[in-house]
Parts: sequence; structure tokens; C-alpha cells
Amino acid sequence: MKNKLSKQTKGNFITYGIVVAAFILVQILLSTGKVSSLMQGLLVPLCTYVILAVSLNLTVGILGELSLGHAGFMCVGAFASALFSKCTQTAIPNSGFRFFLAILIGAAVAAVFGIIIGIPVLRLKGDYLAIVTLAFGEIIKNLVNVIYLGRDSNGFHFSMKDTMSLNMEPDGEVLIKGAQGITGTPNDSSFVIGIVLVLITIFIITNLINSRTGRAVMAIRDNRIAAESLGINITKYKLLAFSVSASLAGVAGVLYAHNLSTLTALPKNFGYNMSIMILVFVVLGGIGSIRGSVIAAVILTLLPELLRGLNDYRMLIYAVVLIAMMLFNWSPKAREFRETITGKFSRRKKTQEEV
Amino acid sequence: MALLEVKNLGISFGGLRAVNNFNIEIEKGQLYGLIGPNGAGKTTVFNLLTGVYKPDEGSVFLDGKNITGKNNIEINKAGIARTFQNIRLFKDMSVLDNVKAGLHNQYHYSTIEGIFRLPRYFKVEKEMNQKAMELLKVFSLEEEAEFLAANLPYGKQRKLEIARALATNPKLLLLDEPAAGMNPNETKELMDTISFVRKHFHMTILLIEHDMKLVSGICEKLTVLNFGEVLAEGKTSEVLNNKAVITAYLGE
Repeated sequence: MKNKLSKQTKGNFITYGIVVAAFILVQILLSTGKVSSLMQGLLVPLCTYVILAVSLNLTVGILGELSLGHAGFMCVGAFASALFSKCTQTAIPNSGFRFFLAILIGAAVAAVFGIIIGIPVLRLKGDYLAIVTLAFGEIIKNLVNVIYLGRDSNGFHFSMKDTMSLNMEPDGEVLIKGAQGITGTPNDSSFVIGIVLVLITIFIITNLINSRTGRAVMAIRDNRIAAESLGINITKYKLLAFSVSASLAGVAGVLYAHNLSTLTALPKNFGYNMSIMILVFVVLGGIGSIRGSVIAAVILTLLPELLRGLNDYRMLIYAVVLIAMMLFNWSPKAREFRETITGKFSRRKKTQEEV
Repeated sequence: MALLEVKNLGISFGGLRAVNNFNIEIEKGQLYGLIGPNGAGKTTVFNLLTGVYKPDEGSVFLDGKNITGKNNIEINKAGIARTFQNIRLFKDMSVLDNVKAGLHNQYHYSTIEGIFRLPRYFKVEKEMNQKAMELLKVFSLEEEAEFLAANLPYGKQRKLEIARALATNPKLLLLDEPAAGMNPNETKELMDTISFVRKHFHMTILLIEHDMKLVSGICEKLTVLNFGEVLAEGKTSEVLNNKAVITAYLGE
């Protein structure tokens, strides 16, 4: 019994350790000035992608439902928090505290959207669920693109047409400008905050998995009928896992939004391309493996940049790496090979302990 | 008063009358068998009792409480647990976690307490582990507690399913063809296990079975279904010698 618990926590600590080690490595490289400015600009998005991959793994790996709308929840979190930060920039001068509140708001709004979308969507299964989540993701992105919001001495003005139809007083200020998005969001996020959020995300997800709730969710994934026969409330736990996943995607959105001076909802950052990319991280890292998601997200984000010098061959190598990772994770031979290696390690450890 | 009282239970699927006028009374502590040829409606009766289907007519009383038409979660909480004809384990979870999933409604702590590892999490998890290991020991599965359920041999998967059903602390246990696909040795072992479960947990058991050796070996009373209707019921030895029953099984 004890053995098992310690095995789980050991696995978690290895994951935390990898993240912290990567953080220290980057800090050392930064202080010695070995990191190009391009790479420096990539650090916060990197944390964003890791959070997204880990949170999507809760839906895909643990709940067992293929969701293609994850970027939509990120979009919701990003815009809600950016709006909040812009409105309270003067009211709350302390950027740390303001960002903390922004994270809470981003997570809460994304969770609410997760519940609203989850209620109809989670009645579906498999491909149908994937397609409907894809559609919802696109709907969110396109809705955000037509929202105009302004503030003047009379309060908030809302329109879905253009800036003129907001009918503001001359002292008014446009907050969301349709397709041009939100400009002037304070740059509150940093790599350090990003790493802390990554750790918190991993903490929440792994602890959730290894709890009563996580067991119920996995039971539903493995056999819905049997789970029902044991008195497990299917709707409740599906919705719970889905909305936790959505709210953490919202947190990633907050991090992302506060790294940019202009936040727009483009197909590139909140469209289905993004959703699919996150799914690629999850699938390549191993469905259900949190550590795998982290590593895959980091490698696949850095790779195109590291290969920039190779110009033409860049995407070719990227594709080869995708295939190689897929084989390494899923082909039976490769798995066998990995198991013998890890088996040797643990056996050696055991004999040492016995001695 | 009987533990389970079913009166006039019936259900149709389209034009097909799957179960008609089904009556059964099971006393506390009894081991009751439900037999019948293929397609007689045995599993449909199980699905009606556990709330997978809602009956068109009739009533089900468990321990004096009306559970007719309730959904399967409520019925499980009321005290009926079941296993399945085709094994339905949580394959990608450990054997221990399978049983702990069965303990879901017996031990409580909130999701927040689970995520932030508050003291109650450790306390309740410890109790759950103890209880689950106790159950696994009864079925001599404690050695395999860390195995993935999918990696267990067939006979042990059947046992694990019974252990998981017992984890929900039921008053009545429904076993759907527990000996299906077992060799004679495994069947013999299963008979011992079922008798042991009955004694150890003072459990009332209703089982569907085709293996007549098992049925005549352990069941006290039988009900025979044919084309969705009760053909005969009574003491095992009497029912098995009933002419109508023999005809239904073997033909004229």
C-alpha cells in the first residue's frame, strides 16, 4: 500500500523536477547571455503550450473524450482577463496582485464556458464530440471577433457592429475593438510566473487523477455502464473533468494575453490549428501521460526555432521527429524495449535495497 | 418479508414482449437461480432490476422500499449490485483502483480536498485502501493489487468483478453468468467463492447461469424463464425434474 502511494508521488516529483531543472537551465543560459532574443520571446508561449497540453490531457487521456475546441477556452480566458487588466490598470497599480486576480477571472470565465458547452456536448461520443467541440471553438473565436466594447463616464457600451454604434461620450475609451482586439494590455506575465503556473497545473491535474474524483472519471472512461452500475454519477464527473480542463486552458490564455501588447483572435492563435497542435502534443507525449505532454510540448515548440538555420529542411525534420516520437511512444517493439530498460533499472534498485 | 419482491414486471421493445408478468420473491440470505434457454429474457430481467431499462409495468420492492423505475445510480445506492455477462472491468486501472472505484459512494471527500491533499484525503484514502485490500484478500487477489485489470487471467477477472460489486456494500448481489467461459476447475472454484461470499458477507444472491452443475450445486431455489415468461419456480431439485423445463431446454 505504502509502496504504491510513494510510487505515484515519486512519479509526480520527477515531473516537477524536470520542470524546475528546465527552469534553472534556462535561467543560467539567460544570465550567461546565450539565449537569442527570439528564444527569449518564446519562453512565455512555451509555458502556455505546456499548460494547454497538460490540461487537454485531462479531457483526452483521463476522461477519454476527444476535444478539438481547447483553443476556444484559451481564447475566453485570454479576453476576459485582458479586459479585466485593462479596466483595472489604474485602479490596481500592483501588477502582481492584478495579474493574480486576472488569472482567477480567466480561469473562472473559462470554467463557466466549459460547463455551458459541456452540458450539451458531453452527451455525444467519439467523433461527434470532436466535431462539435471543434465547432464551439470556432464559434467562440468568431464571436470574440465581432465584439465592440467601450467605456465612458456613463458606464460600459456594447455593440456587435462597429465602434461608432457604441454611442459613447467624447471621453469614452474603446476596450475591445472587434477584429482588432484588445490593445494596451499590461505586460504582467513573465517566464517565472509561467513556470509557477505550469507547476500549479501539473499539481492540480496529477492530484485530481490520483483521487476519488479521478478514479470516478477514469472508471467512466474505461466502462460507462459498469461505472453507472457502481453508482458513479456520470454527468457530474464528466462535466467536472471537462470544466477543470477548460479553466486551466483559460489560465493558459491569461498567461498568453498578458505577454502581448495587442490581443487579437486570429485563426493562428485561437483557431482550430491551435487546438490540433495542442492535441498533437498530447498524442505524441502519450495519451494520459502528464510528463509526456510536458516534454512533447517543449520539444515541438522549440524544434522549429532551433532548426531555423536549416531553412528548407526545417519542416521536413519536424515531420520526421513527429513520426519518430509516435513510434517511440506507441509501437509495441519500442514499448517492449523501454520496458526492459526501466525493468532493469527497477530490478537493480531493488537488489540494492535488499543488500 | 422478502428482501426482493417483484410483481408483474413487464417490458416490450417495439413489438417484442421481452419480459411478461415476471414475479419473484427472494428471502434474505437466499441463493436464488434464474435459468432459461438463450433469449429467454434473463439479462433483460437483470437490466430491469438494476434500472438500465425502465419497466412498462409491474413493481420492484427492495427491503420494503419501492425502487420501481429508479435509475441505476439510485438503485445501486438502495442496495443492488451486479456483475456483467461480458466482463466489464475498468481495464486501464489497477486491480486495487477497480475496487476503490466500487467504494466510491462508501467513502467521501470532496474534489477540492483531493486536489490540495488536505488531511481528510489521507485519512479517507487510507481507510479505502484497507477496505479494498480486505475485499481483494477474500478473493485471493491481494498479490495482483497493482496489476492492470486487463492483465488478469479470465477467472480472476470474474472474481474481481464480484469484488468490485461487493465494494458498493449491497444488500442483493446479481451475478450474470459468472461461470461463462470457465473450465470445470475454475467453475468449481467459483462455486466455492460464491458460497464463501454468501456466508462471509451474509449476502443474498440472484444468479443467471447455464452451467447446470453449478446451478444444482449451490442454488436453493430456481425460477425458469422461457420466451419472457415464468415457466416454473420452486426448489432446485423439483424444478430441474419438471417436465416443462426439460422440454424447454432439450426440446420434445
